[in-house]
Amino acid sequence: MNEGWIWDRHTPLALEALGQTLYMVAATLLIGGVLGLVLGLALYVTRAGSVLPNRYVFGVLNVAVNIVRPIPFVILLVAVAPLTTLLVGKFIGTTAAIVPLAIATAFGFSRIVEQNLVTIEPGVIEAARASGAGPWRIIATLLIPEALGPLLLGFTFVFVAVIDMSAVAGIVGGGGIGDFALVYGHQRWNQEVVWIAVGVIIVLVQLVQFTGNTLARKALRR
Amino acid sequence: MPIIEFSDVTKTFTTQQGRVVALDSVDLAIEQGEIFGVIGYSGAGKSTLVRLINGLERATSGRIVVDGVDISSIPEARIRPLRARIGMIFQQFNLFRSRTVAGNVAFPLRVAGWPKAKRDARVAELLHFVGLLEKAHSYPDQLSGGQKQRVGIARALATSPRILLADESTSSLDPETTQDVLALLRKVNRELGVTIVVITHEMDVVRSIADRVAVLDAGRIVEQGTVFDVFSAPRSETARRFVSTVLHDQPTAGDLERLQEAHAGRIVTARVEDGSRVGSVLSDAGRHGVRFEIVFGGISSLQERSFGSLTIELLGPDEGVDAVVAELAAVTEVVERRGVARELEEVPA
Repeated sequence: MNEGWIWDRHTPLALEALGQTLYMVAATLLIGGVLGLVLGLALYVTRAGSVLPNRYVFGVLNVAVNIVRPIPFVILLVAVAPLTTLLVGKFIGTTAAIVPLAIATAFGFSRIVEQNLVTIEPGVIEAARASGAGPWRIIATLLIPEALGPLLLGFTFVFVAVIDMSAVAGIVGGGGIGDFALVYGHQRWNQEVVWIAVGVIIVLVQLVQFTGNTLARKALRR
Repeated sequence: MPIIEFSDVTKTFTTQQGRVVALDSVDLAIEQGEIFGVIGYSGAGKSTLVRLINGLERATSGRIVVDGVDISSIPEARIRPLRARIGMIFQQFNLFRSRTVAGNVAFPLRVAGWPKAKRDARVAELLHFVGLLEKAHSYPDQLSGGQKQRVGIARALATSPRILLADESTSSLDPETTQDVLALLRKVNRELGVTIVVITHEMDVVRSIADRVAVLDAGRIVEQGTVFDVFSAPRSETARRFVSTVLHDQPTAGDLERLQEAHAGRIVTARVEDGSRVGSVLSDAGRHGVRFEIVFGGISSLQERSFGSLTIELLGPDEGVDAVVAELAAVTEVVERRGVARELEEVPA
């Protein structure tokens, strides 16, 4: 039964799976990243004593994030199927898997963004206000640059988490490296396929982490 | 007309422990072109007071008129453009770490909508003024504390404000750098005619640069006047304590006790000012058969005037000593130092 890695058979399948993973991860990071950034900014600026305090908006967002974040991804994946159908037209496939991935990413990233923004010295924002800057200018031109280093590290963390989550996408027919390892490796008792898939993911994660660390170091000028 | 005027201004904060009165019916008038010091211990309400001037904090009641505008009655959005006329510097400098020195200084100009060419020229001019032109492309993390505060000053002056608020602006600097920054503030005041409000807990800062001073204690102004008047004749306990941090001419109760044990004669403290002739009277003490010994004291100069006091032991026949004390009292203020209970409070105002 254990046939090992058959070059002609497994290599094209693995490459296709890698392509699916990269597509899901890239799209998820783009959509989920932007939404998470906006949501995180909104959480930060609406909290009491911040630049646009609004207890109602903050309360709603805070509760929403607390509700969505603890949902295990496997469950979220199938739970949002109606929304996926509405947005993509179907809930099966690689593109369809991006919807739950982006939702989980947006909510997860929002907390990281919020926590990193909190580290900005309040005095810096006060100095901007004393210079005549209004809340929107502070949000648009000051908050993200001032917290850029930690934000890049946070984004790297999320990047790796998305690679992790995308491995489960096989459940809704999303394909990807994780699905490849399960279908052609584990289910056929082919350990070599499993380990090669694991190796590919490790290399991918290392590349991402290295790039993230380098960029963050540059942003922090350390 | 004063450039900054507070009329019966009160500010309260609501905290979890209840209402806290930060400022309690404050009246204040700061004149155009002066350097005005506000001194007080931490928690006295200084930071709140200075933030009411540019509307970072809003008064609970009372009226605040700044440069002809009643800022206590207009909404935040309408105060914002006025902040171009009021610069502010901070204890922790509060520079934008993500921007270069030039970027920091350019920030208020961007806010005010200056075109790039004008902005660049103004930034260069300001950095030249504070002596940091060569650091234009450095980041704040690469600068020393004194350099950071210079950038802070350049940023605060970017839009040519008429008022500069300095919130404990030298409190995190070493003594030498403090003097450099104070000299720069003096230059800002003299050369650019900017009215400066200096908030501090350091009497030395007030003494070096302020023209007038207000002493703030528990949200109230307990004393105000020219720096010379407050220094030479403090009326409130808080002011006396601040003055004693920089001038040690008056013996403390402990000093007095020691002096009285060590000296058998009559001990008096005579105030010394320009032309008070204390020395002349003492040099003639011999005519009354009285010898004298200077046992404590100090003379300092402030705003180009001398002031201080000498504590003197007088030895001789009672009538002679009485005569010398009377002669001293004729030229200056004299305080008897008979008992320990007679302390500094007895110095006549």
